[in-house]
Amino acid sequence: MMRTLAAVLLFVLLSAAAGAAAAAGIRIVDDRGVAVDFAQSPQRIVSLLPSLTETVCALDACDRLVGVDRWSNWPAPVRALPRLGGLDDVQVEALLRLRPDVVLAALSHRTLARLEALGLRVVALQTERHADVQRVLATVAALLGEPARGEQAWARVQQQLAQAAARMPPALHGATVYFEIASTPHAAGADSFIGQTLAALGLHNIVPPALGPFPQVNPEFVVRARPDLLVAVAREARTLAQRPGWAALPALRAGRVCAPAEGPAWELLVRPGPRLGEAALALADCLAALPAPLPASPQ
Amino acid sequence: MNPPSTPTAARAEPGVTGTAAARDAGDARRARCLMLLAGLGVAALALSALGLAAGSAGLSWSALQQDLADGHAAALIGQLRAPRTLGALLVGALLGLAGAIAQGVFRNPLADPFLLGSAAGASLAVVAVIAASALAGQAIAPAAAAWAERLGLVGAAYLGALGGVGLTLLLARGAHQTLRLLLAGVVVGVLLGALAELLTLLSPDALRARQAFQLGSTALLGWPAVALLALGLALALPLALRSARVLDALTLGEDSAASLGLHLPRWRLALVALLALCTALAVAQAGLVAFVGLVAPHLVRRLAPSAHGYLLGASALAGGVLLLAADVLARSVVAPQELPVGIVTAVLGGGYLLWLLGRGGLR
Repeated sequence: MMRTLAAVLLFVLLSAAAGAAAAAGIRIVDDRGVAVDFAQSPQRIVSLLPSLTETVCALDACDRLVGVDRWSNWPAPVRALPRLGGLDDVQVEALLRLRPDVVLAALSHRTLARLEALGLRVVALQTERHADVQRVLATVAALLGEPARGEQAWARVQQQLAQAAARMPPALHGATVYFEIASTPHAAGADSFIGQTLAALGLHNIVPPALGPFPQVNPEFVVRARPDLLVAVAREARTLAQRPGWAALPALRAGRVCAPAEGPAWELLVRPGPRLGEAALALADCLAALPAPLPASPQ
Repeated sequence: MNPPSTPTAARAEPGVTGTAAARDAGDARRARCLMLLAGLGVAALALSALGLAAGSAGLSWSALQQDLADGHAAALIGQLRAPRTLGALLVGALLGLAGAIAQGVFRNPLADPFLLGSAAGASLAVVAVIAASALAGQAIAPAAAAWAERLGLVGAAYLGALGGVGLTLLLARGAHQTLRLLLAGVVVGVLLGALAELLTLLSPDALRARQAFQLGSTALLGWPAVALLALGLALALPLALRSARVLDALTLGEDSAASLGLHLPRWRLALVALLALCTALAVAQAGLVAFVGLVAPHLVRRLAPSAHGYLLGASALAGGVLLLAADVLARSVVAPQELPVGIVTAVLGGGYLLWLLGRGGLR
């Protein structure tokens, strides 16, 4: 009886101590709604998503990264870090050996439960739209113990978005655009982070928000919409005119196609991370440099 | 629409001729065959009309009128919908024909055109081409990338499919034994599939393209593709029909067929080559459209059991009708979005086959 009482008392004391430690430390609520407590700001971080890797580095904490996923390649220093596999094939043993204080991963990552069962602290985050990028910057900044940096980084993104919009030639204001993310053809709709960037540049996406972020569209839809501007990865852009009926598209005839090369230039545009503003600037520069002026807006 | 008697009742017994009953059965069978052909023909025409009408606004009469009024209709129908519609018919026909040949050669109703490594070979080739051009972005293999780009996805898929079957034939040391050929096909499928998985892991760009290829798509079929497909079908169909008697003999068993004086290994090799060419042509243009090749011969056999001369032709027509129906649905159900056509063929073909099985009882 006494022993049970002592055990209960010990438990209560321990819980109180743990609670006090958490109160003194950092508590993060990730995008699953799970609260993760840290006694102090984690110094050894593993990131399993390129946009999260970029977020950590954008918050000046690149040196705290000890391992990244296979696709993380920006900024340059992360290329020297141990690679821990991709989205679906994380090398759990190699990850454990790095003894990370926290693992940052995508919400959809398959191994979240497995990693947690192994005693790792996992913060699962979702970066899909501009607001997500802002929230993830704030969450990761809080995790790093530097909440102010999150606000600064987001302010920088917004500033870049405004600069990019200012760089757009007035003739392109309200121009219609089709942004292809895969030749299937999958488009970046108005409801995606790319669509939000295009809207910020004053462009009109031919793929309406109702179709979802990245819908597979009927190629005829694009032919019918006759967008003023096209954006596609260079490899696909070269073959657009060979698609049935596409050669007659005014954008293709006039060469109003923005075609970033495969690799870093394209990745900048299609990664929802802290380089959102930089991507908007790159896109604005590319569109502003297109040769032919638009005809009087056909309404 | 169909008489209530079971299809097998109409199957003529070889050797029983001259009796009134057999003559009646033969007449009934012929009538059934003609009715099925007529039905499929009407369906093909009706679906083609729908195919010309269904666009990115779905199956909408008002949208069609609007296009006609705007003068858009000629370009939209002439350059997009017409080749897409004809292309779907032709791809389906090639797959249906290939399926009928496969089921005849292997005397197995589970055989389909993708059996001998053609699907895995084509997938691997597609992934390899995309991975090569993605790696070129990192300046690793510019020569390979330039080569891959000239070849294109269509050419790569075609060669990949033929390569897969070639490898199967090599491993099986020709087409002497059916079982060895089938096993080699399974092994090649698994090996090439694993290689494609590995390449996909190394090059994430290839993931979506691979998925799209495996689900199949009729969205980007143009007139050049239609011309190629039509030429292929025009060459393959007569060759297949010429080999119908071999497939008929094979239904009696390999020993009986050999006792009829047929040089089976040679015929099998020829039929496998024909099957591979049909499949490669279809797959290169439209991806691995599921289920058409498997289900088309079944539909024909259940609705109008007959010899191979009829089965091959009717399976081609049934395959074309099935794929075109799936294509029309794929582009109109959630327009202007598209469903992957392979998903629709699986639902349509599988559903119909299940319904037939349920009606006739499992045999």
